Amino acid sequence: MALRELASLEKYLGLKKANKYSTRGDKKVPVLQNSNGPPLVGLISIACHLVNEAKRPDLLGDAAEDRAVVHQWLEYRVSKLDGCNKDESRIILKDLNLYLQDKVCMAGNHFTLADVLMYNGLHPLIMDLTFQEKERYVNVTRWFDHIQHGSGVRHHLPPVVVLRNGIYTAKHH
Amino acid sequence: MKLFVSEGNPHCLKVLAALEVAGLQCDVQFVNHEEKPVPFLSRPCLPALLLPNGQHLFSPNAICRYMFEVSGQECSELCDQWLEWEATELQPDLLQALHLAVLQGKESEATQVLAGPLSYLDQSLTRGTSPFLTGDVLSLADLVVCAALHPILSAPSLASGEPNSVRVWFDRVAASQSCVSASHKVLQGKGLQAMRSFMQRQPAPQSGQCRGGTQPCNNGPAEDEERVVSQEEMEAAAVTWGKGLNASTAATKRLHPILPQDGKRNILLTSALPYVNNVPHLGNIIGCVLSADVFSRYGRLRGWNVLFVCGTDEYGTATENKAREEGLTPQQICDKYHTIHASIYQWFQIDFDFFGRTTTEKQTEIAQNIFWRLHKNGFLVEDTVEQLRCEKCQRFLADRFVEGTCPHCNYPDARGDQCDKCGRLINAVELKAPHCKVCGQTPVIRSSKHLFLDLPKLEPQLEQWLNKTTSSGDWTANAKQITRSWLRDGLKPRCITRDLRWGTPVPHPDFQEKVFYVWFDAPIGYVSITANYTDKWEQWWKNPNQVELYNFMAKDNVPFHSVVFPCSLLGAQDNYTLVNHLIATEYLNYEDTKFSKSRGVGVFGDMAKDTGIPSDVWRFYLLYVRPEGQDSAFSWADMALKNNSELLNNLGNFINRAGMFVSKFFDGCVPAMELLQEDKKLLALVGWELQQYIQLMDKVKIRDALKHILSISRHGNQYIQVNEPWKKIKGGDAEWQRAGTVTGVSINVACLLSVMLLPYMPAVSQTIRDQLNAPDSCVSAMLRGTGAFTRVLDAGHRIGTVSPLFQKLEVEQIEALKKRFGGQQTPTQNAASPHSAATLPTPPMDVNAGADPEKARQLTQAVAEQGEKVRALKVQKADKAAITSEVSKLLELKKQLTLAEGKSPEPTPVKGKKK
Repeated sequence: MALRELASLEKYLGLKKANKYSTRGDKKVPVLQNSNGPPLVGLISIACHLVNEAKRPDLLGDAAEDRAVVHQWLEYRVSKLDGCNKDESRIILKDLNLYLQDKVCMAGNHFTLADVLMYNGLHPLIMDLTFQEKERYVNVTRWFDHIQHGSGVRHHLPPVVVLRNGIYTAKHH
Repeated sequence: MKLFVSEGNPHCLKVLAALEVAGLQCDVQFVNHEEKPVPFLSRPCLPALLLPNGQHLFSPNAICRYMFEVSGQECSELCDQWLEWEATELQPDLLQALHLAVLQGKESEATQVLAGPLSYLDQSLTRGTSPFLTGDVLSLADLVVCAALHPILSAPSLASGEPNSVRVWFDRVAASQSCVSASHKVLQGKGLQAMRSFMQRQPAPQSGQCRGGTQPCNNGPAEDEERVVSQEEMEAAAVTWGKGLNASTAATKRLHPILPQDGKRNILLTSALPYVNNVPHLGNIIGCVLSADVFSRYGRLRGWNVLFVCGTDEYGTATENKAREEGLTPQQICDKYHTIHASIYQWFQIDFDFFGRTTTEKQTEIAQNIFWRLHKNGFLVEDTVEQLRCEKCQRFLADRFVEGTCPHCNYPDARGDQCDKCGRLINAVELKAPHCKVCGQTPVIRSSKHLFLDLPKLEPQLEQWLNKTTSSGDWTANAKQITRSWLRDGLKPRCITRDLRWGTPVPHPDFQEKVFYVWFDAPIGYVSITANYTDKWEQWWKNPNQVELYNFMAKDNVPFHSVVFPCSLLGAQDNYTLVNHLIATEYLNYEDTKFSKSRGVGVFGDMAKDTGIPSDVWRFYLLYVRPEGQDSAFSWADMALKNNSELLNNLGNFINRAGMFVSKFFDGCVPAMELLQEDKKLLALVGWELQQYIQLMDKVKIRDALKHILSISRHGNQYIQVNEPWKKIKGGDAEWQRAGTVTGVSINVACLLSVMLLPYMPAVSQTIRDQLNAPDSCVSAMLRGTGAFTRVLDAGHRIGTVSPLFQKLEVEQIEALKKRFGGQQTPTQNAASPHSAATLPTPPMDVNAGADPEKARQLTQAVAEQGEKVRALKVQKADKAAITSEVSKLLELKKQLTLAEGKSPEPTPVKGKKK
């Protein structure tokens, strides 16, 4: 899965040169083979490397604070989101919903790598939501729909249906 | 900048150490473990850093990284890689180790848990020649990893097993001033015990397998929580199982005409009458006829006396126009489309007791009778209405057949009901320079006398009845809510007559040449269709004490069934049976847009069979996504997924395995069964799912009930997987017998599944019973009462030939279908180019802007070919239905061609809305 995610990121970044990947261990941690140096290990490390290769530093944030926020969410993705169980996933969605209430993207108003990786990481969670739940996490859903349709990052994942009209305007239960 | 930390929290070590190395000015605040400094996080999360811009960081490594960057020490790629390793690989193990060491005192186990990451660290340190992780100088990587390991490696009781290289490196880094002081602040020299209160607040770590293991938990099935089964439940299940089939529950044959019977639950079931000149789409099918069909089949299994009627709604303006369009009489149009409807429903296996139509003599007779009764009882009032009439077309113009200049904004193309430019609602007679949309002539204003049903006068009776029926019957939430909002807004008199020809004539001499408005007329269709089925229709329709009436529909139809039609019947004062249970679905969308005939988007009833996907699979998927309680969507990819994962790999796999074991290992005869605890547990689990299924189905929660069928086969698969009959069959006597029991129980579960599936997938259900050679009586036996999972197939029973039930839906097949039914809308998958503006689904096309020469060329070709085909069929004197269906394809192509040529099409009737 991580490899498809990276392949899709390469495509998005417009990288032509084909990179060689493999995985390591039970957790299938992605490894990038490097001809002139040791291999690079880990999803975030490789993703940042690809962004630098594509000369797109803006995707990692412009100022130090922005970069910190981007890295914050990258770390969140691999340490909290990946492998979370059902209960945790609900807390994650609830928190993100609050966080995204006044933001267009994960790191404020600009699209960054944090959006790409959080989108990929949240995809299985969002896929599973009922329309009512999607409405409960409306800020997450709005952000998610924006990323899946607007940013050109959705290469390997099926689109998730998002309804634009609220059908549960009154809070149930 | 402000840093929040807490004492005894191991994650705070590294940020304090990093802060010291970076030498930044920062306010450090010690708070307790429960503090939540980050406003949007619902759980405590420390350490946390408040940035100067007001944002928060709450992941320890991101905080450290930021501190280093601000102090001018950029993080290298290699350093980032170590940080990621620390967060994803080391931390989960570390947390588990701390849990064992601090809370459980299992220190040797804690050391074992860390053996993996420590040996990885060892390899990296010994491979290179540098003293630190990323080179010759201490970097953030050393600091973070060292601080993480600090509590463990500095505890004397634990530090013994680690490789030498790690010890040397650790001592070097930990001796740095920053680490020493951070450790002092957080652990205060108390060692492991300093972390006790923090660790107690952490959730118990999951064993290494689950976290980020091969199967992430968030992808698993949602219903994976194991239900605890009590000893009593197991014993009770075993008793039920042992009872076997009771001869008295033999299935009763359906004998027409079905009439109410004493001592039985008599259920009259209707599904909203589809409007005749639209080919129904999947949303229409799931919304009424399919849902009603499932419930009627289920009701018969429960032993209820069910009559299921439906038919086409044929009167009205739309039919007249369609007839003009196709150059036929309204009656011919109705005949033609009635056949199309009937054949679609037949393909979907909708098992009506009678599928009639509204253009019958009984309709006239009953509608006029109700009219006279309303008249006699004083519930009709007269009023004059001003209307536009086209003298050339010789008819009054319905709002959507007149255009003109908007009286508010002077927009020249305003419609008779609304202006597209300013959006204001318009009364057609107010339009400036009005013209008939069909012939272009200027219509004249004529006043015309009409009759109105006096709803305000009937309101008290209605409310009294509604209070009773909505509390005693099963009304879906949306049905209650829509009804309530109608009443809250207050009822007004409603016009029941129209200046049209195609309708039920109004019998009153003052209103000759008028017909009933469809909303008044169409629901009476339920009654007249029943009257066409049996002369004794009054036993159903004038028998509220003995009959329960269920109405199935989509939510747009609710007011006509809950307010308007009941008012007609209440006002008639003729002891009519009124609706007891009103079941309304929400809407089904197509992918992420709406079904649209004019744009060619979506799957329509007549096309489903051309997909090569069996009717049962269509039924299954539509019911699986039934818009029950909320809107839902049809998606090709999802349909393939559900077919492959649920039908093929879960349900089909289980039934097929059970059957194959009987055939292969026991020569096709059900083996003897000796129940052990484990088998009884399965019986109890299956029995519980069966009870849930019955409870939900009784309340018409069709989609929810389906999930319990799938849970049973999931239990079954697990049961087979754990007991491995294919291995035990090769073992000694005891093992062989065990294989027999597991196989025998499984084949009986398969038999139960065939029964529970019957309402959803009638053909597959029958196939399963044929393969098992199961007695017909089992069909009704298990669903009586609260449900009983019993042994139907005894030892020695010979089963039939077993073969696979389902086929895989391949990706290419699905992609092709998706393309074929996607219409002219831009596929959203093409949003591939970076930074492209958000691709929204194409808004409904303005027909005049739709000119597309390339498409027109292709369509011209297609029209010519299809025309040839129709001519050939007619020459061959082919079957009438076949010709009809080809003709309708031709007409559809012609319509698309008109659109592609950018011409304005014929006045399009309003889609989907009826009455």
